[in-house]
Amino acid sequence: MRSLVVVIVALAVASCGPQPAQRRTITFWAMGAEGEAIGKLVPAFEKRHPDLRVVVQSIPWSAAHEKLLTAYAGSTLPDVAQLGNTWLPEFQAIGALVPLDEFLAGSACVPPDSYFAGIWEINRLGGKIYGVPWYVDTRVLFYRCDIFREAGLPTPPNTWEEWIESCARIRKTRPGTYPVFFSLIHSEWQVPVILVLQNEGTLLRENHTRGSFDSPPVLEAFRFYLSFFEGGFAPRRMTEFANLLQAFVEGNIAMFVTGPWNVGELRRRYPADEEKWATAPLPGRRNRLSVAGGSSLVVFRTCQHREAAWKWIEFLSEPSVQVEFFRLTGDLPPRKDTWHLGLLDDSKMVAFYRQLRSSVGVPRIAEWEQVATKMQEHLETVVLGRRSLEGAVKALDADVDRILEKRRWLLARGLLAE
Amino acid sequence: MPALVTLALFFFLPVLAAFLMSLTDFDIYCLADVRRARFVLFGQYIRLLQDPLFWRATLNTAYFVLVGGPLTILLALMASLILNSERLRGARFFRLAVFLPVITNMVAVAVTWRYLYHPHFGLFNFFLRKVGIGPVDWLGDPRFAMPAIILLAIWKNFGYHTLIFLAGLQTIPEDLYSAARLDGASWLQQHLHVTLPLLSRTLGFVTVITGIGYLQLFAEPYVMTQGGPLNATLSLVLYLYQQGFRWWRMGYSASVAFVLFAFMLAIGSASFLRRRRESA
Repeated sequence: MRSLVVVIVALAVASCGPQPAQRRTITFWAMGAEGEAIGKLVPAFEKRHPDLRVVVQSIPWSAAHEKLLTAYAGSTLPDVAQLGNTWLPEFQAIGALVPLDEFLAGSACVPPDSYFAGIWEINRLGGKIYGVPWYVDTRVLFYRCDIFREAGLPTPPNTWEEWIESCARIRKTRPGTYPVFFSLIHSEWQVPVILVLQNEGTLLRENHTRGSFDSPPVLEAFRFYLSFFEGGFAPRRMTEFANLLQAFVEGNIAMFVTGPWNVGELRRRYPADEEKWATAPLPGRRNRLSVAGGSSLVVFRTCQHREAAWKWIEFLSEPSVQVEFFRLTGDLPPRKDTWHLGLLDDSKMVAFYRQLRSSVGVPRIAEWEQVATKMQEHLETVVLGRRSLEGAVKALDADVDRILEKRRWLLARGLLAE
Repeated sequence: MPALVTLALFFFLPVLAAFLMSLTDFDIYCLADVRRARFVLFGQYIRLLQDPLFWRATLNTAYFVLVGGPLTILLALMASLILNSERLRGARFFRLAVFLPVITNMVAVAVTWRYLYHPHFGLFNFFLRKVGIGPVDWLGDPRFAMPAIILLAIWKNFGYHTLIFLAGLQTIPEDLYSAARLDGASWLQQHLHVTLPLLSRTLGFVTVITGIGYLQLFAEPYVMTQGGPLNATLSLVLYLYQQGFRWWRMGYSASVAFVLFAFMLAIGSASFLRRRRESA
């Protein structure tokens, strides 16, 4: 009985605070590590804008896509959210996003030209900007400098030819280990896509309505990719290494292509091995491109307080806030000026800065992940010797054409913009 | 009457809606604007029949049901005979041990079994090496991935069937065995001529629930292999899940569901007809 009285009194006292009715609330959904870290930045924002309140909801990455779509179907979307770059076209296609050009025009805090160009462009769909990059990631080469030295290789490879050669040299000095690792898991499609981009190949043609994999530059890139497996330089079985990072640290793998989060992972799990490895921009062919990814901040159409939502996005885009966010999560800032606030002192981060200047997005269509997954599926059949590359790309094009059939139909009837 | 209303509302209506959806190409685009959906009648089903992955998934599922099903039932039958034997000491402990996998969380099982199957330091390969057989890449080799899944499923499920068999065994009067023994019947003969005929109803029931349950293979490949390698463990339900919830091709996914439903109906009615013929 007494505790009940205490609760009632506490509630009465709580409701006497500064009139909550005047404070507008912004709901914000963030995923995984970002969702957990962002709470620490909220007080600074609320202090600066006493009339605003931010309610953060953290969603696990694995459930995020489904949850967002379900929320869209049930009109329970938040005001602002973080959206993976490859999801942006999908949510734009279903009309869930607010174009931000108006806000950008009136804002000095988010200058587009201070962003890495490739990352900024990902957010442009049909001539309008639908998201502000929050953090970026791109893939670079992680390599074991000690193994490279042992094999008489002074620098990481700069070209495709050097890449293959370095594999052969490492294989000779360290038999029984793999010079390089490429994932064959269907959802990890980055490496072959990067190689195609580096060879200036086109993945999709006719306004992204048909597959274009059966074309000479793409075939050449795929052939190069397959040569790592044919030479025995990359493992064909994905079950061989239960833990990739451990295999890397133990020297069973000398190189792999991965993103910035693994810098933090390697430092956290294997602090003693810090000196053994380094990062470098990817080797290249006609160019040295990598794929740009990451997340953007978007405002949903159902948002009632768009001005307030924009203030929150502006806050998260400030270089000093981005630096703090980087310290909390290890996520790379999308603004070039933020990088000069101390990030470039970290030798492992420099490669990312250089790579981000030559990174581009993947085709901006709702079906992209489906297409990329199909590509991995067919490449796997070639890697495991079930099919010739020529046969596989023909089948791949046919599959991709089937996937994009709906897109062709929508475009022909004007039911889809762009 | 209220039961009928509930059934109509929560079962028949959703099924009808799903069937209607399988006649359209409802997908992610249609969420925003229903005009983007096309009524294609049986077009989705025709596409399905031309889809090599659908056939792959059907064959994989059939492989799983036809190999995994009988093995599970056989093992469960053996286990129940042993557990039912009077001479067995500590029967309660063994009953628990047999039933434990059934109630263990699938994800925990998957994590443990992934280690058992590891090509280098897995327990299975340790034993294989002992008898001089080279290491098998259980989950990474398309030839062995489905057998590996089957092995796991048998271990996980046979305890449940054992329990049903045990219940069936206990309804068989002991007198019959005494009479058989007096006539000089061996252990094998006793089971062939007494146990099996009297257990046939239970056996029929277990066969049907195993068939229907195994047609819905999902959790094992979902957590162990994601359908790979080379789609060797892609099951119909996993394919349905990928199409529907990963790519939001709801119409297509619904058509997979109805094909699966047809398969189950076939199994169920086959056993029903057989039962009718037997009792007639």
